[in-house]
Amino acid sequence: MTKQVHKQVHLAAHFPGVNNTTVWSDPAAGSHIEFESFRRFAQAAERGKFDFMFLAEGLRLREQNGAIYDLDVVGRPDTFTVLAAVAAVTEHLGLAGTINSTFNEPYEVAREFATLDHLSGGRAAWNVVTSWDAFTGENFRRGGFLPQDQRYERARTFLATAMELLDSWRGDEIVADKETGEFLRTPTPGRFAHSDAHFDISGQFDVPRSPQGRPVVFQAGDSDEGREFAASGADAIFSRHGTKEAGQAFYADVKGRLAKYGRTPEELLILPAATFVVADTDAEAAELAAEVRKQQVSGQTALRKLEEVWNRDLSGYDPDGPLPEVDPLVGENTVAKGRASVRMNRDPLAVAVAWREQAEAKGLSIRELMIEVSSRQNFIGSPATVADQIDDLVQSDASDGFILVPHITPGGLDVFVDTVVPLLQERGVHRTDYTGTTLRDHLGLAPLGGTA
Amino acid sequence: MPTPLHLAVALDGAGWHPAAWREPDARPTELLTPGYWVDLVTEAERGLLDLVTFEDAFALQSGDRWAPDERTDQVRGRLDAVQVAARVAPLTRSIGLVPTAVVTHTEPFHLSKAIATLDFVSTGRAGVRVRVGALPAEAAHIGRRQLPDLRELDPADPVAQAGLRELFDEAADWVEVLRRLWDSWEDGAEVRDVATGRFVDVGKLHYVDFAGPHFSVRGPSITPRPPQGQPLVAALAHQAVPYELVGRSADLGFVTPTDAADAARILAEIRTAQAAAGRAEETVHVLGDLVVFLDEDEATARSRKDRLDERAGSEYTSDAAVFVGTPSGLADLVADWTQAGLSGLRLRPATLPHDLRQVTTALVPELQRRGLFRTAYEASTLRGLLGLPRPANRYAAV
Ligand SMILES: Cc1cc2nc3c(=O)[nH]c(=O)nc-3n(C[C@H](O)[C@H](O)[C@H](O)COP(=O)(O)O)c2cc1C
Repeated sequence: MTKQVHKQVHLAAHFPGVNNTTVWSDPAAGSHIEFESFRRFAQAAERGKFDFMFLAEGLRLREQNGAIYDLDVVGRPDTFTVLAAVAAVTEHLGLAGTINSTFNEPYEVAREFATLDHLSGGRAAWNVVTSWDAFTGENFRRGGFLPQDQRYERARTFLATAMELLDSWRGDEIVADKETGEFLRTPTPGRFAHSDAHFDISGQFDVPRSPQGRPVVFQAGDSDEGREFAASGADAIFSRHGTKEAGQAFYADVKGRLAKYGRTPEELLILPAATFVVADTDAEAAELAAEVRKQQVSGQTALRKLEEVWNRDLSGYDPDGPLPEVDPLVGENTVAKGRASVRMNRDPLAVAVAWREQAEAKGLSIRELMIEVSSRQNFIGSPATVADQIDDLVQSDASDGFILVPHITPGGLDVFVDTVVPLLQERGVHRTDYTGTTLRDHLGLAPLGGTA
Repeated sequence: MPTPLHLAVALDGAGWHPAAWREPDARPTELLTPGYWVDLVTEAERGLLDLVTFEDAFALQSGDRWAPDERTDQVRGRLDAVQVAARVAPLTRSIGLVPTAVVTHTEPFHLSKAIATLDFVSTGRAGVRVRVGALPAEAAHIGRRQLPDLRELDPADPVAQAGLRELFDEAADWVEVLRRLWDSWEDGAEVRDVATGRFVDVGKLHYVDFAGPHFSVRGPSITPRPPQGQPLVAALAHQAVPYELVGRSADLGFVTPTDAADAARILAEIRTAQAAAGRAEETVHVLGDLVVFLDEDEATARSRKDRLDERAGSEYTSDAAVFVGTPSGLADLVADWTQAGLSGLRLRPATLPHDLRQVTTALVPELQRRGLFRTAYEASTLRGLLGLPRPANRYAAV
């Protein structure tokens, strides 16, 4: 891989969602649901000349111990609807929505993304995910029937099918010549037929080709299968490897997979999620970061996070006391429903052993331990320190940029945009203005044009 | 005093006449651009209209009622209506936004949060027109189900009637789920109680636990209760089975009478269905649909329609009645139909923007002169404009 000097830093903003890193108890925290919050957040990202704004998805309220989880922010708006509205109050910012391939159909998702791309003048991106649990399926006609291997297979064929539909209009069919009365150049634009184990569909797609042709495609998978899926066709990866070492390993691994698909390293961007705390000085930032962690992990939250691994009711324990002596319950029925951690803590007994050792070695209470093992900001420091860190990670191929997740909604992005962005611009590693109009332009991806 | 007359405009492509896109003021290359829709809705808002609707389907437009055609001389291609409404919402202030949703092929959970979100982004101006997607082409695009073939539908044919009933029963279930999900968060569920660390009061979140023949939904919604509590649910109805859907499920019905007497007859059917559903006490507004060709004098309007018909190659007909004439003549008709009991009309402009402008700049002033229509928006929500209360939450402890 040829190494460019002065790679450009790609920046994006994740509107923070429903997890304990979003601090709602701070007086500066506003609504996470009213449109004014999305407007303000998006306009801050656009002021900072960011590539795009990103929304996650969760289609069922999380539960723990059979009750809806009430300690974190709960609730979010519909992705397409809020992004279409954001398109009205921004001009350049890309609009990335996470949409699963299990509880939707290719025709409807293709028409939603084609619509969003039209309504935003070419700024749509699709983060393809596979909703994984029957728990979520209980909200849908389709139910929760898909085992893991079929879900990925469905995801692959779903994506391919949606792309077939999006490519079914070449882009030159609409003539609209008032004089001759010819509206369409051809009588059958959008015609498609697709039949496989998952979809047996045919007809005519009803949304003509959009400015980008297709939405930019994001992949969030981390497994070997997910990395291969991304290497074969995604435009960007939303990863969780924000540190230098892990980032470089992931970066090298994924970019190394591209050649076999006839792709170059520039065709797939690696964009880890990253949190930050910026203050006037490094010392102030460190202090503030510690304060934020305490806000993120209240005593109640610490106990509930521990329950996710212990799979037992621990509400009788003192969060400022030691870890439970009892071992986690191992079984199918996890205590936490609808949360990613259920997948991450596959071996709860091993986690318990490691955490006990860690707590004992450092003399940590439950809450202190949970602060140690959960929330950690990627970037902490003065604007100059944070700009240094980000630039260094990008120049050393730990990433191509970052998807920033502020801990305050919606104003948490402002400090970054107003203080760090100008420093990155001074260094010449971040644009001072948009040079293109589409998200593909911002990401440096070649335009697709019409299909042949 | 609430306005006694409600006016809506149905937006679709370049207008409802198939040759509308060839008119001098038409913008046929911009039908998929946001600016086009913003301009139309802004114009409707200048006319103080209650609401605009946005047509939609899960299939390409067709000159044939039941099957795709291969015509190249008419507008083809469209955008998702909910998103168009959302795109317009932040740029307008007062007008109601009612996109069409195809209920037969979509998840009520998805649409419930989409319309709730439209209500948030428009701060209380959202509605939804539910549409049964009975076209075989729509079903083939989704590939999930075989639909009863209603093509040969004879109102006397029990098989076809049963198929129609099944689709509309499903639509009623779909609306029921929509409404339960909107109520699944009580107002004030978000407590932000720093002392207990609780962001929400789970006592104010409710499972909807709907189970029907076509789907079951557990809930609660992922989106909090929207500003209007219940955004407006509308449906278009042409005959007995759809009238029942309006009577049992909707806040607003669109109907297609041929004249005032027919309007009265339809209205009676809907009121009967409403009473049978135990909703006699609730306000269900019914608007008469009408396609309009409007010009300063009748001869101009008529020759414009003739010209459009000639270009289209056939005389324009519609499921709704067609009005060709002056705004003041239309004002007479509006008065006549509302006398018969309709809450007002949903006008389908034959061409855009011409017939919409005739509505906003000529019909509305004429109705205002007669003291029949508002001179300023009197409420900030769509329910408010229609004189409908913000409903209590069905799950809230009294
Ligand atoms: C006799 C008949 C009556 C129908 N009535 C209604 C109705 O009142 N409301 C509705 O949404 N769909 C109704 N449908 C289904 C749709 O109208 C049908 O899918 C229609 O052809 C769709 O095209 P349109 O949206 O352009 O009308 C009816 C279908 C039939 C056959």
